[in-house]
Amino acid sequence: MNAHLQPSGSAYFLDTVKPVAETHALAVIVDNEPGVLARVIGLFSGRGYNIESLTVSETQHEKHVSRITIVTSGTPAVIEQIKNQLGRMVPVHSVADLTVQGNALTRELAMVKVSGTGEKRVEALRLADAFRARVIDAGTSSFIFEITGKTDKVEQFISLMVPLGLVEVARTGVAGITRGADGMKV
Amino acid sequence: MATNEMTGAEMVLKALQDQGVDTVFGYPGGAVLPIYDEIFQQEKVEHILVRHEQGATHAAEGYARSTGKCGVVLVTSGPGATNAVTGLTDALLDSIPMVCITGQVPTHLIGSDAFQECDTVGITRPCTKHNYLVKDVNDLARILHEAFYVATHGRPGPVVVDIPKDVQFAKGRYVGPKNIEHKTYRPQVKADQNAIRAAVELIATAKRPILYTGGGVINSGPTASKLLRDFVEMTGIPITSTLMGLGAYPASGKNWLGMLGMHGMYEANMAMHDCDVMICAGARFDDRITGRLNAFSPNSKKIHIDIDPSSINKTVRVDVPVVADVAHALEDMIRVWKAKSVTLDKKALDTWWKQIDGWRAKDCLRYKKNDDVIMPQYAVERLYELTKNENTYITTEVGQHQMWAAQFYRFEEPNRWMTSGGLGTMGYGLPAAVGVQQAHPDALVIDIAGDASVLMTMQEMSTAIQYELPIKIFILNNQYMGMVRQWQQLLHGNRLSHSYTEALPDFVKLAEAYGCVGMRATKPLELDDAIREMIKVKRPVIFDCRVAALANCFPMIPSGKAHNEMILGEDVADEDVGTVIDAKGKMLV
Repeated sequence: MNAHLQPSGSAYFLDTVKPVAETHALAVIVDNEPGVLARVIGLFSGRGYNIESLTVSETQHEKHVSRITIVTSGTPAVIEQIKNQLGRMVPVHSVADLTVQGNALTRELAMVKVSGTGEKRVEALRLADAFRARVIDAGTSSFIFEITGKTDKVEQFISLMVPLGLVEVARTGVAGITRGADGMKV
Repeated sequence: MATNEMTGAEMVLKALQDQGVDTVFGYPGGAVLPIYDEIFQQEKVEHILVRHEQGATHAAEGYARSTGKCGVVLVTSGPGATNAVTGLTDALLDSIPMVCITGQVPTHLIGSDAFQECDTVGITRPCTKHNYLVKDVNDLARILHEAFYVATHGRPGPVVVDIPKDVQFAKGRYVGPKNIEHKTYRPQVKADQNAIRAAVELIATAKRPILYTGGGVINSGPTASKLLRDFVEMTGIPITSTLMGLGAYPASGKNWLGMLGMHGMYEANMAMHDCDVMICAGARFDDRITGRLNAFSPNSKKIHIDIDPSSINKTVRVDVPVVADVAHALEDMIRVWKAKSVTLDKKALDTWWKQIDGWRAKDCLRYKKNDDVIMPQYAVERLYELTKNENTYITTEVGQHQMWAAQFYRFEEPNRWMTSGGLGTMGYGLPAAVGVQQAHPDALVIDIAGDASVLMTMQEMSTAIQYELPIKIFILNNQYMGMVRQWQQLLHGNRLSHSYTEALPDFVKLAEAYGCVGMRATKPLELDDAIREMIKVKRPVIFDCRVAALANCFPMIPSGKAHNEMILGEDVADEDVGTVIDAKGKMLV
């Protein structure tokens, strides 16, 4: 009856057709204790889950609580499993799926170094203005832009910089938070 | 208070006492000497000196599994910790509560590749439920109490506390266990009542229901087994169990179908395949249980009771998830059942039982009796008949003998059956028997062993001698790694690559060398007397039971097959074994 819904994951399951993977941003509140990040990353590598982006920082110093935002991809069943596996870890306070909640904001910051002169330099500056990227360093032949926004906006900006002399990029990875008055359980 | 001022090593012993620990299994070394010095100066906590750290972990597992208490292990840094890894992983996969205290090099040497240094918390992170490196002696007492809390609450598991040597010497303030629980770890034990109602309503509609229970029922405690029996009695539902759950429902119970899974009973697997409502309680749809997932119980609605939310919908989609401790969930279900005066469709249930009796008539455990050589199945049957009226605890190693033990030994009570289910650790049974016997000095503790497995931890016989633990090592000796050979016969054209042990020790002489009693039986006729003799001896015994070398373990769900595609022993002549599994199935584990 529900045989066709069975997920893979067993050595016995030979069907190679996989359901479509989804990308989800998860926010995880954890005790900021030694090894907690290794624990979370180890869970992902040990169980074969993907990490597309990961950010972490202590958000409540007095309580020693950190917030990790993980962007991961997988089938709906895998995403559900990831949340459950995270949720049962001892130092994890709570897990929220920002993608499911739907009303979440996600942002990342990138610093983009572009080198060039003449027309390319002018074009880079013009595009930066259009993307509301700030110039945080400038020399006679280079700029460093700071851009903040959703991942696709950052991606697009970076790809536009490639022909204009892109040298290197530093990105923070995605941080996310839900809209409205309510916060996550700590 | 000034009286609470003490050294880290003193705190360890104080914390163990305050946690009610009476036994620690361990092995000393440089980085735990301060703790061993404290052990020397007290008498409340008994230390059992093992011969290898892996033995300590399995002994602690046996102790924990047979008592329901937390097992405690104490080992040194470096090799002490790495040797404990197998037992920690075993405890993780079988959800056994364990606290393992490891010594560590002094904090200022950590990271310097010091002598006997290893990254214990790094190595044990994926094989423990949680672990700690204690860097400040003032955190030590809290962490130790927290470790016991984490190990025993929720889904039980092993917890490592790594204590650098300088922290063991340093003085700090001790805090007692009162009010110490983890600041955020609060596993849900009581079910959502809507889920309970949904479960009861679903069961009420069942025409072909089945209960599929597992180790979670044992872990939940004796109350859970009691409630399970009440529930079965009340509903009349047939019940099967995983390897880990044997004994929660008595093998003599009238609704008992026997174990299910790869080497489970034909009737249990067929009933799982054909049921319309499955109630899974404290089991986790392991691959040894389900067989081919997309053919697993295709026409049933499934209820899954588990304390660990990550076990639910992991491999098998269920219709009614119930996150709860099994005892709590069963209590609620019985209450709701009674309040609603639910009754099952009697006629449908009768028909269902008739169908099950039809499968049962296959007599799937049937094997060819032999007057000249001891059949391994016969050995376990006789062992059961001759020990069933004693206060018996059974441990096993891993392999064919383990499956025969599960099939032919009949368990009436929980906590009587200690085996390595999830990890499948050869060498588990002997040290586990040491732990069980230490917890139950007057009981008859038998390790049903294989000749290959038992050699992996044989050195623990020395521990049994030292502490006068009269464990019985009942070796089904076929001179093969029988299960490996069985798979080679089934899957690899009978090319028996390295599954025959050409140079086994003389187990009787080996027993004598250790200072215990060695016995041997080679003929069916002498078996009973030999077993009686073994029971009578109040010392450790190694019993070399020479069994038919080429016997294989059936029934079996071959790789890549479903529950209703079992092969039975009578279907397979020895020469045909290689053709039973198709090419596709041979790819699998």
